[in-house]
Amino acid sequence: MAKIPVQFTLNGSERAEFVESGTTLLAALRDKMGDTSPKGGCHQGTCGACTVMVDGELRLSCLTMAETCNGAHIRTTAGLANGEVLHPLQRAFENGFAAQCGFCTPGMIMAAAALLERNPNPSRDDVVEAISGNICRCTGYEPIIQAVLSAARANSTSAA
Amino acid sequence: MALRRGRGVAAVNYPTGMNLGGDPTQALVHSTPTGSFMVTLSSVDLGQGLRTVIAQICAETMGVPTESVTIDTADTDTGPHCMGTFASRGTHRVGNAVVQAAREARQVMLEVAAEELEVDPADLETDGQGNIRVKGASNLNISIFDTALAAHFKQGRSISGRGMFLVPRSYPETETGAMKPSTCYAHACTVAEVEVDDETGEVSVLSVKNVFEIGRALNPKMVEQQLIGGSWMGISHALYETTEPYYPNRTQGPRDYNAYLMPGPGDLAETEIAVLERPSGDGPFGAKGPGEMCANPQIPAVANAIFDAVGVRVDTLPITPERVLRALKEMEAAGAG
Repeated sequence: MAKIPVQFTLNGSERAEFVESGTTLLAALRDKMGDTSPKGGCHQGTCGACTVMVDGELRLSCLTMAETCNGAHIRTTAGLANGEVLHPLQRAFENGFAAQCGFCTPGMIMAAAALLERNPNPSRDDVVEAISGNICRCTGYEPIIQAVLSAARANSTSAA
Repeated sequence: MALRRGRGVAAVNYPTGMNLGGDPTQALVHSTPTGSFMVTLSSVDLGQGLRTVIAQICAETMGVPTESVTIDTADTDTGPHCMGTFASRGTHRVGNAVVQAAREARQVMLEVAAEELEVDPADLETDGQGNIRVKGASNLNISIFDTALAAHFKQGRSISGRGMFLVPRSYPETETGAMKPSTCYAHACTVAEVEVDDETGEVSVLSVKNVFEIGRALNPKMVEQQLIGGSWMGISHALYETTEPYYPNRTQGPRDYNAYLMPGPGDLAETEIAVLERPSGDGPFGAKGPGEMCANPQIPAVANAIFDAVGVRVDTLPITPERVLRALKEMEAAGAG
């Protein structure tokens, strides 16, 4: 089958690959570009583990065709840290023990990052709403909710 | 028709490990030339943090920094045998095997250091920071780095140790069926408060208060994390998780996360956790297995709370709205008849 060129910006770097038509963004990121931070859970858009940002909007990369992302800016958890310095959300998840097996964590963090970018001071209900598309089997969610709230507080303190 | 509140309590004993085949686990510890320590296992970390806690156990026993211990669980074909990660046995069984292996490795390490320092191994102690020194004369010391180099390139010794856990098999007595299925037991008690809608049969858990007795918490933050998640999972077992009902037949049953329900972040009960530590006699540093136990007492506590709220005993899990309604109707019919 003829392959299709896809070209987009991944975490600030220009990337170009040839993929089979119908290749998901998840498969392109993981198998072609070596970014395994988005996880393949259900592969049908219900678990949220594959969540990434496409042009600032949250997208389920398992349901997004790679070829529809030409020219887009794509962000994944792998691109959140600034060199050695972790993103405030990553620090909050680590300090708050908000991960156990860690499989849902990249999707949770992207969902939370999108929330904090549009609403730097979210309420608990805002956080619950923001992560409601992401399934976690280990933590019981409470540590994740607390980590997101604590990252928001850390941000507002450092901004002040 | 009304929202009715109820409160229920339940307590559990939960065994650590099992008896089948003596529940064995083996472990090997060896040093690298530069004084790091490898623990080789076939045991699997499922995300509960086994590798972290085993590194702590090895480091504490060896008297070396935790950062210098690497846990290798890479290959169950080539690693020492382990029965597996289940039955809440990891910390206890693997930990015991690692304590034994690390003790043997520590003895060799001290012998090598003694040779270098020209003293008796019995006079040596570790400082936990990567050094070995003579008791009462800390200026007489050698780093573990240099000790490992000496072992590898000068003395020709392997700083290593073997360890295993095995209990005698216990067969049931023919007359009574009595046997000793496990070694130590963890305990838990939960008080749950629920609200039941007697029109829809829906149950919401308002709060759960849990007390867990888990032996010694070797890593208190990780224990707390597991207990919080476990408490949530207990509620999930009690009220949510099923591939039923399926109408009109099985092919309509849930086959994905859309329909297989668990409490989401918007359905959380107010959760309290208290940890009691009564060190076990036979666990590594007094540990027991907190794993599965922590998701159990919520189930009978919620069932009891529903009984307290609306007077029906639902004895099939999960306690779905349908089951609550059926039970309420039966009770009504019995009362009318």
